[in-house]
Amino acid sequence: MPKNPEIKKVLVIGSGPIVIGQAAEFDYAGTQACRSLKEEGVEVVLVNSNPATIMTDRDIADKVYIEPLTVKVLEQIILKEQPDSVLPTLGGQAGLNLGMELSESGFLKKHGVKLIGTTAETIFKAEDRQAFKDTMEKIKEPCAPSLVVHNVLDGIAFTNTIGYPVVLRPAYTLGGSGGGIAHNETELVDILTNGLRLSRVGEVLVERCIAGWKEIEYEVMRDAAGNCITVCNMENMDPVGVHTGDSIVVAPSQTLGDKEYQMLRSSALNIISELNITGGCNVQYALNPDSFEYCVIEVNPRVSRSSALASKATGYPIAKVAAKIALGYTLDEIKNAVTGKTYASFEPMLDYCVVKIPRLPFDKFLTAKRTLTTQMKATGEVMSICTNFEGALMKAIRSLEQHVDSLVTDEYLSCSYEELVKKLTVVDDRRIFVIAEAVRRGLAYETIHNITRIDLWFIDKIAILVEMEKRLRSQPLTPELLKEAKRIEFPDQVIARLTGKSLDAVKEMRYENGIVAAFKMVDTCAAEFEASTPYYYSVYGGENEAEAKHDRKKVLVLGSGPIRIGQGIEFDYCSVHCTWAFSREGYETIIVNNNPETVSTDFDIADKLYFEPLTPEDVQNIVDLEKPDGAVVQFGGQTAIKLTESLRQMGVPILGTRAEDVDAAEDRELFDQILEETNIPRAAGGTVYTAAEAKQVANTLGYPVLVRPSYVLGGQGMQIAYSDEEIEEFMEIINRIAQDHPILIDKYLQGKEIEVDAVCDGTDILIPGIMEHIERTGIHSGDSISVYPAFTISENVRDTIVEYTRRLARALHVVGLINIQFIAMGEEVYVIEVNPRSSRTVPYISKVTGIPIVDLAAKVIMGNTLKEMGYSTGLAPVSEYIAVKMPVFSFEKLRGAEISLGPEMKSTGECLGIAKTFHEALYKAFLGAGVHLPRHKQMIITVKDADKPEAAQIAKRFEALGYKIYATRSTAKYLQSQGVTARRVNKISQESPNVLDLILGHKIDLVIDTPTQGRDKSRDGFLIRRNAIETGVHCLTAMDTANALVTSLESVNDEFTLVDIAQVRNL
Amino acid sequence: MLQKSPRQNCYMLGSIFFFFAHTRQKGKVTSMKAFLILEDKTVFTGVSIGAETEVISEIVFNTSMTGYLEILTDPSYAGQAVVMTYPLIGNYGITPDMESQKPWPAGYIVRELSRMPSNFRCQGKIQDFLKEHGIPGIAGIDTRALTKKLREKGTMNGMITTNEHFDMEEIIPRISTYTTGDVVSKVTCSRKYVLPGKGKKVALMDFGAKDHIAASLHQRGCEVTVYPAGTQAEEILAERPDGIMLSNGPGDPKECAGIIKEIKKLYQSQVPIFAICLGHQLMALATGADTYKMKYGHRGGNHPVKDLKTGRVYISSQNHGYVVDDKKLDPSVARPAFVNVNDGTNEGLEYVGKQIYTVQFHPEACPGPLDSSFLFDRFIAMMGGNQ
Repeated sequence: MPKNPEIKKVLVIGSGPIVIGQAAEFDYAGTQACRSLKEEGVEVVLVNSNPATIMTDRDIADKVYIEPLTVKVLEQIILKEQPDSVLPTLGGQAGLNLGMELSESGFLKKHGVKLIGTTAETIFKAEDRQAFKDTMEKIKEPCAPSLVVHNVLDGIAFTNTIGYPVVLRPAYTLGGSGGGIAHNETELVDILTNGLRLSRVGEVLVERCIAGWKEIEYEVMRDAAGNCITVCNMENMDPVGVHTGDSIVVAPSQTLGDKEYQMLRSSALNIISELNITGGCNVQYALNPDSFEYCVIEVNPRVSRSSALASKATGYPIAKVAAKIALGYTLDEIKNAVTGKTYASFEPMLDYCVVKIPRLPFDKFLTAKRTLTTQMKATGEVMSICTNFEGALMKAIRSLEQHVDSLVTDEYLSCSYEELVKKLTVVDDRRIFVIAEAVRRGLAYETIHNITRIDLWFIDKIAILVEMEKRLRSQPLTPELLKEAKRIEFPDQVIARLTGKSLDAVKEMRYENGIVAAFKMVDTCAAEFEASTPYYYSVYGGENEAEAKHDRKKVLVLGSGPIRIGQGIEFDYCSVHCTWAFSREGYETIIVNNNPETVSTDFDIADKLYFEPLTPEDVQNIVDLEKPDGAVVQFGGQTAIKLTESLRQMGVPILGTRAEDVDAAEDRELFDQILEETNIPRAAGGTVYTAAEAKQVANTLGYPVLVRPSYVLGGQGMQIAYSDEEIEEFMEIINRIAQDHPILIDKYLQGKEIEVDAVCDGTDILIPGIMEHIERTGIHSGDSISVYPAFTISENVRDTIVEYTRRLARALHVVGLINIQFIAMGEEVYVIEVNPRSSRTVPYISKVTGIPIVDLAAKVIMGNTLKEMGYSTGLAPVSEYIAVKMPVFSFEKLRGAEISLGPEMKSTGECLGIAKTFHEALYKAFLGAGVHLPRHKQMIITVKDADKPEAAQIAKRFEALGYKIYATRSTAKYLQSQGVTARRVNKISQESPNVLDLILGHKIDLVIDTPTQGRDKSRDGFLIRRNAIETGVHCLTAMDTANALVTSLESVNDEFTLVDIAQVRNL
Repeated sequence: MLQKSPRQNCYMLGSIFFFFAHTRQKGKVTSMKAFLILEDKTVFTGVSIGAETEVISEIVFNTSMTGYLEILTDPSYAGQAVVMTYPLIGNYGITPDMESQKPWPAGYIVRELSRMPSNFRCQGKIQDFLKEHGIPGIAGIDTRALTKKLREKGTMNGMITTNEHFDMEEIIPRISTYTTGDVVSKVTCSRKYVLPGKGKKVALMDFGAKDHIAASLHQRGCEVTVYPAGTQAEEILAERPDGIMLSNGPGDPKECAGIIKEIKKLYQSQVPIFAICLGHQLMALATGADTYKMKYGHRGGNHPVKDLKTGRVYISSQNHGYVVDDKKLDPSVARPAFVNVNDGTNEGLEYVGKQIYTVQFHPEACPGPLDSSFLFDRFIAMMGGNQ
């Protein structure tokens, strides 16, 4: 069937801010789909509230709306743009839910708009728990015995009939939010209550627990003619019980025979056909390891994180093909872009093994529970490819950038046998290291298997790695042993450590014996057909397929690795735009990255893609082959910056700002020198290594002080200390990981925080805009609400900022991007920190000002000047729009995580509110972040003494909006004294009804809780905040945020002015 | 609950584990070098697996990621050494999933064999299975490089040997003159046998049939009588079967002159015929069409075939080096029914005015997708069955 000629204009729904369970994979899918639609001559209207994405670029869609993803906004866009179709299957669960709501309400029908890519019926059948169960029963696909319940009592009654443990799955939630396994009635009541509240329709599925079975996934595609294929299957190393997003996953399945493989494949095709899906679909199975019994766990009738992984694992572009299918094409009409000869109606065959490991955020949330459950907790993931499982696992481990380079660890040396066995029962992110230790200690495979239920095949593979460790420790390093160690991807530095040799000696031995990495192509067809995809992975022992060309200038672009808090999708945006800019100027571009969720690892972004860990050794392998003319590190976040020195040693010129100057910005003493020379003030401070030194500096400066390690992103480990005790505590945490660089102690200044991104060509600078944070200093810039243009600073302060930026950029010889954070206290301006590289705010500021910052920076790096490119220098004229960037958090996914904001970043994503007025922009930003207020018009205020006067002002304004205000004892007393009708509630420790009962009563819109000084250790504050988050109550921990929220609520407006970002121009 | 459930295979796996523990204690597992020498003089050096004998054969590759055991026991590989493009082979060991009683390839070529297979039905390791049946193999070579070579130069002959001192000048002529010859007679059953059933009576001509062809019919209630390849048409027709099934098998179809003669007679009868792979090629040759050798064939479980009547595409299991030349078809005799979406080669024929339907791919799967198993139902319908 050829393309449906009736489809001319399509509204594509994006997935919104990045949260745990819905991340960069949808930018990848959405971008690929939009490009695929445009390729077919279809006009694309895009809506997504996330400004950090590539899909919201004016090059990707014809009309781009960075607006809140609500039904109302979508209706308004549909009325304005009059698309004939809506494509909801590329925006994750968020997009699917919106599509469903638009259809259910009859709005689409009324306006003659079709859903394409799926139907409301399909979504209903796949997503509604009961409908799904009925459908599966109809086609005889087994599900675990289960019942959809709408209240706790029904849940208990049903569980009593099937027995504990049971799995609880709320309907219509992301990443399994609110789900879990209950082993007894207490747990059942707890999880079920929470799940019912989180579900959009108040439904939870109670299901027989099949924990311990193999978890297998299939990615399937189907066209409107009914042709079906499977793109890939995947096996979770962690058995059922751990969310697939948190599992170590291998593709293709390793322990399934053809019988099991085909049985599940046929089932998946059966399901996609019955659901009448046109496009991509993901089916998850539990397979009994001791029989052919299986259960369907879940079906996602859309592209998903798994489909992004499957696309990268196989080279089969699922989102692109799904978009073409939505237009009416059949699979046998769509060309396989990889081979250029075959068609999309084939099944990829792999001749390698792929391993994915999740990136979990426990380094950010020390108090959070590390256990992995059916609720996803990972913020990102890494993927690696090798011809053996051991090697793929080793590569993935070092790609995580979590200070581990192998399974070797001393952490469990002191554990007794019993302790180790006990640790094996704990399912968390460290389990694989515990298994390795157990193997090291000689625990029988069966014992490990019986505890973990991990298949013996995987345990044996871990054992092979442990055996290699032992051989390297005990045997002389012969070329044969070295060759075998490299075959399973032991990094040189691990070999050096285990053999007691120097890194150089190992490297030398390797090169002398010709033990070097070869690169193989990912071609979808196991070499059966000739392919031209420039998508490679390395392997030891084999023929090299990647040919280095030297017909034009060649640039190496280093990506940013897995998505983690502090280093998100923004850096992928920058890497991709940098690559495009170099490509346009005639360079051959080479990307190195290991994140399967991103646009940068799509094989048609750069001239060549190397899917590899971002360590010096892995990068050197590529450099040895490609011999690039230069490398760009300033766009890939800290991951790329960290490689600067190694690249220099390899003889690769760093394009743009020199490595020495990057160092100067990070090195305290060098930087102080520059500030002195340029006559720019900063908070007093010093560098230290030990707690004793830290206390000495802190006492000289006077508390409070800011404590932070250098060379980190996202304020990792950054804290405000108010006492010697806190210094000791923070220093201990920071030094738990060996620090190569000193720790910085600064006087903490409280003022307005201002941020600028600028492009510098070595002489002139261009500042697209100045951003001001709503929250005062002390809250990480990534967690602050940021407003463009800066709205409360004087002209004088603005000029000072521009001048300081110019001086700093020149002093640091910046060629490319620079990001500077300032504090404004009255008319005084201080520098907080300078980063001579791209930043989190670059995509957002590019979009609201219409100035393509990355593009300009890349051109400057290539030797152009701003003037040559026709740009005026200094501060760019203010745009006609006001933009508010709102941080978005995923606290509800991380049980036990401290939610109060501070200098260490905690948000996982952001959304944008853009409008002609500040109030509308602010309201849109809150709405985009999921703050739909007012609802019950009741709130709780409990603040520290210093915040009470401000709290009273805010309380009065909420009262004026009709809010009923509850407060704990001293706050209530103060508020009453200021004329606020505050109702006093008991503290948690006091008798009921207390503040906790109030929160759990589901009638509270909002909690304003500011923690007492420093780290709030009182159980009360922490409990209030956690409970608020877990019951879906908005919780604000900064007065400035509360102030902004009430301001936005005072100007609620139903109709929005819609801003087409593609039309924002600044030249 | 699950923790308590007994693992049916725990004894077996336990013993494998002990075996490993044992060999590990004794020190390194000894590995003997092996060489794969292609007729273009390319030499791959790896480790010997299976029997330590020397063999010359045709070298072909299969891209299936699962189903190595079904492939090993598929008689169509007689006279060929199979390269598995998927690098990790033997992960689930030897299970009952065999397509015949023994492995047929002349040699086996893999990147890596699992030292510790794991599956609830696992009964042993590939390594031992190959040894037991005297099949030599080589592991630890760059199978992708080898596959690319076969793709670029076409299927080649080669030798697997453990003799380090091979004399290239001496062996190359031996390698390049090798042909599989008439292998059907070596793989067919020695005498006729019956799978009893209450449904339609099917005569299955065994040219090296995979067990699942008979099984697919038997599962549908048929009584299947399996005949050796050399059986006369008259003998088969005398039993008055409701339908005749022509099986897959190894080698060049043109080597089967005797069989073709018999098939001509079957064609003349009014008995419905369904044919798979070699059977499909033989029927084409018997009715005046031609076959040719493909550059490197189709072997794998991911080949899209399009039903020309409905336009539907099915993913099929394939294993063939020869193909029917659809350009030389007489349209009054046979018309293309299926075509390969990748390369446009013929994948099936429908015979004009006849109850004859033949396909190049393998609807019996094993290994591979079950998408086209409905063709057996179609055959039963052709025989007047009610399935």
